[in-house]
Amino acid sequence: MPIPIRDDPMVDHDPANPQVMSAFYRRLFPYRPFFLWLNQDHVPAKLYTHREFAFTLQGDVYIRYNSFHTSDDFKKEVLRLNPSRFEIGPQYSARPRDRKTLAAGALQPQRRELVFDIDMTDYDEIRTCCSDKKICKRCWGFIAAAVKVLDHALRETFGFKHLLWVYSGRRGIHCWISDQHALDLNDDQRKALVTFLEVIKGSKEQSKKVNVRGAKDDADLHPALKDGLDQLKVDFVKLILRDQDCFRSERGWEALLAILPADRDVIGPLRSKWQSSPTASSEERWADLVDAVKVLRKGNTTLFRKYERAMEDVILQYTYPRIDAEVSKHRNHLLKAPFCVHPGTGRVCVPVDPSLVDEFDPDTVPTVGELLNELDRIPPEHVEGGTKRRAEDYEQTSLKPYVEMFEEHVAAILKDGRGVKRALKEESMDF
Amino acid sequence: MFKPTTRHNIASSSHLPEVKLSKRHSTSGQPSSRWPYRLNFYERPPTLDITLEEFETFAIARLQVLSHIESLSHRSLPYAQLSTAIATYLKQHLPLSSNTARNVDLDAERRKDEIGHWVLRLAFCRSPDLRARFLRSEISLFRHRFETDDVAERAQFLRSLEFDWQLVDETEKSQYAHELRTCMPWGTKDEQFKAESWFKVPWYTVPDLVGARRVFIKAGMAYVPQSLQISLVLQAFGSRLEKALELTAKNLPRLDEDERLFPVIDHLAASFLSGLGASDYRPDGETSGAVVTADMVDDVARKHFPPCMRNLYERLKRDRHLKHFGRLQLGLFLKGIGLPLDEAIIFWRKMYGATMSDDKFNKEYKYNIRHSYGQEGKRANYPPKSCQQILTTNQPGTQDSHGCPFRHFSPENLQNFLISTYPQIDRSSPEMRDIMDSVKTAHYHVACTRVFEVTHGLKKGEGLSKDGESVVHPNKYADRSRELEREKLEAVKAKDEDVSMD
Repeated sequence: MPIPIRDDPMVDHDPANPQVMSAFYRRLFPYRPFFLWLNQDHVPAKLYTHREFAFTLQGDVYIRYNSFHTSDDFKKEVLRLNPSRFEIGPQYSARPRDRKTLAAGALQPQRRELVFDIDMTDYDEIRTCCSDKKICKRCWGFIAAAVKVLDHALRETFGFKHLLWVYSGRRGIHCWISDQHALDLNDDQRKALVTFLEVIKGSKEQSKKVNVRGAKDDADLHPALKDGLDQLKVDFVKLILRDQDCFRSERGWEALLAILPADRDVIGPLRSKWQSSPTASSEERWADLVDAVKVLRKGNTTLFRKYERAMEDVILQYTYPRIDAEVSKHRNHLLKAPFCVHPGTGRVCVPVDPSLVDEFDPDTVPTVGELLNELDRIPPEHVEGGTKRRAEDYEQTSLKPYVEMFEEHVAAILKDGRGVKRALKEESMDF
Repeated sequence: MFKPTTRHNIASSSHLPEVKLSKRHSTSGQPSSRWPYRLNFYERPPTLDITLEEFETFAIARLQVLSHIESLSHRSLPYAQLSTAIATYLKQHLPLSSNTARNVDLDAERRKDEIGHWVLRLAFCRSPDLRARFLRSEISLFRHRFETDDVAERAQFLRSLEFDWQLVDETEKSQYAHELRTCMPWGTKDEQFKAESWFKVPWYTVPDLVGARRVFIKAGMAYVPQSLQISLVLQAFGSRLEKALELTAKNLPRLDEDERLFPVIDHLAASFLSGLGASDYRPDGETSGAVVTADMVDDVARKHFPPCMRNLYERLKRDRHLKHFGRLQLGLFLKGIGLPLDEAIIFWRKMYGATMSDDKFNKEYKYNIRHSYGQEGKRANYPPKSCQQILTTNQPGTQDSHGCPFRHFSPENLQNFLISTYPQIDRSSPEMRDIMDSVKTAHYHVACTRVFEVTHGLKKGEGLSKDGESVVHPNKYADRSRELEREKLEAVKAKDEDVSMD
């Protein structure tokens, strides 16, 4: 019996297979831009040499406090250990690898990119399409809305320039900020910034999770939140009312009523109306609410204001970024590095352009298997005189646009850094 | 005369020209050029001559103030109460008057304030922990003074610091008028808005205001209204002091040694670590008059002994024996509450009871009792041990009962001990939680003070005296307890007399 020959032999590249990961680290991982991104200079500086790397090996062995002199050292170690993923920590006051020879307390975190982590699990109570570890193009809408607001706040309000958004490989997104003054922030300052940005707080047992209007809950929104709200109004209609249809089910609209101020004359009629029309869409229900509140405008202005504010809070509660605050507050928190492979999905943690985040589809992110298959298909090279530059492997795969995006980001950081250095030099010449 | 001049200069590495001032005793109310304002950022190390005694006493005065502020801040008092408590304590221990004050030697006050600060810098720069605690207390002290300062003088002082805060001009103010207004307290009137002015600073210099969303932020700059200026000032004060302390720490090993200085500095740091000002117990006239006899000890113990002594006494009753340091701790305490030597001998003889022969007692124990009363050996009259000594010296071994229950008991044992000893304390009561929280954060004296309050029917924060003093000495605990009992008795007596008059 003839063996069927496929012209596209799909080899199964399972990320749990050590050889697959080894091939990925050998041929695809972009070491050079990765080094420059962390180091912010061409010569290895403390930002790299005193930086902690933590490796997770196959079989969940966790090795902390690694540090490297050069990018080549790092590459050698990665190839030797062949980790399933690795994380990046702060620049310490000494080399983390030397920690056993140091006096107690001598190893202190000093500088670190400001990082953010948004994870889909925090949206489980409101998303209707998937739950738990799953994610689809539809629930990515929450992440997209969050990224746009957070990106805007970080740039416009806090004045950061060098933001790198990275898909976490499954159901979340990370942000790394490499501005000089972001690196220099101490833990108190990071905490202050996160508290400023953190809007949704409260446990599972608490329905209203947005409390941003002072002690009496009657103040106007802070300008930065108002900015965010204006952006989110559009997403709220598109995402919550239409796509996710959050208030169609009884559980959904009861959750909505629970957040609103408890006034019998407003809530009572709404509840009975919605109970009698179990199939009404979220858009219709929201319109009912808007009408009911509009009536108040003429008679009871105080109550009208109260409901108006509460509706703004609803929009915030359903769409405002739900950040994992602990990750951002402390410099010594470790976060998975960009271009790692997610061990569960095999997808590469690629950079995401925040201006195109709406179009981003996690399902189209290349997996390590696809990339290796692409490499396998490259025809054997014909060496012509040996002068032609041999193309990097990644350039011949679908990883190319992501690496290029990363390189551009790194170039911008380096350019800024050079400017700073030159200014410092000139200053020191004055003496 | 001793001159710490060079040391201070090394420690601070200041490049300012040396201003040498001799001790100045101006009785006029006019401030001198060295201290033109009441507030001080302590940027220029003092280069004047001081005596060794001043070096220590000024530092101790300030240390007492800082420890007091620290223990107050751990008692979560309402702001107004905290502020008055600090004010009364400061007035007593480290007064500092405004330029407008009359009949006050401003220079002497400010000199004391400044020297105290710089000496404590030397004492507290050595470990990150000490630095952080010193910094926090100093900031609280500065904040209190800043808030209570004369408005005009404060403005002058701020001008003298020449901060490079950028003032927001009118065009920018009108451009962001709406945003700036939303960040002001609700119900701000138009005139108030017009009269207000803003400074523009990088947002990370005012993290407290950012975290609370109390300022408008744009492109990394926070717009801080004049009314919230205190945040900026405290931030500047804190960050400068922090840097200076780190610098001092680096330079401390190079400080040329003066064996008279280091013991003082060491002692100061140790006192602060145990949470108290360095002070020996000196019985005051009223209480020492009341003599305690051997028979009375049991009754006094139940009513007035602090937890550490109560524990030792119960142990002694149960085991008919105490190890050496336990005997010493309890014995000196008893001397402090007024047990004379002959009564002490009767007391100890009785306590050992039949477990010990008269011969053995007379040979081995009587001597030690007489010794601790200054009747043997070098005839030193040893003072009763303070909380600081109990906490930091002669740590109890496995067989020992001495020490501080809050520090040397495991949390479970401490709880059991408190419950079985004091009927007022319950395992699940909020008081117990307060006590255990203080223990967890190593504020043993706060925990002990809380026990005092609970067992004497006092409100939280009242402490040993009106200004919320905390327990720093077992004998002070006992004295105050007996004083309270006397007051109560007198009140009852007065009432009885009233009744009989009718």
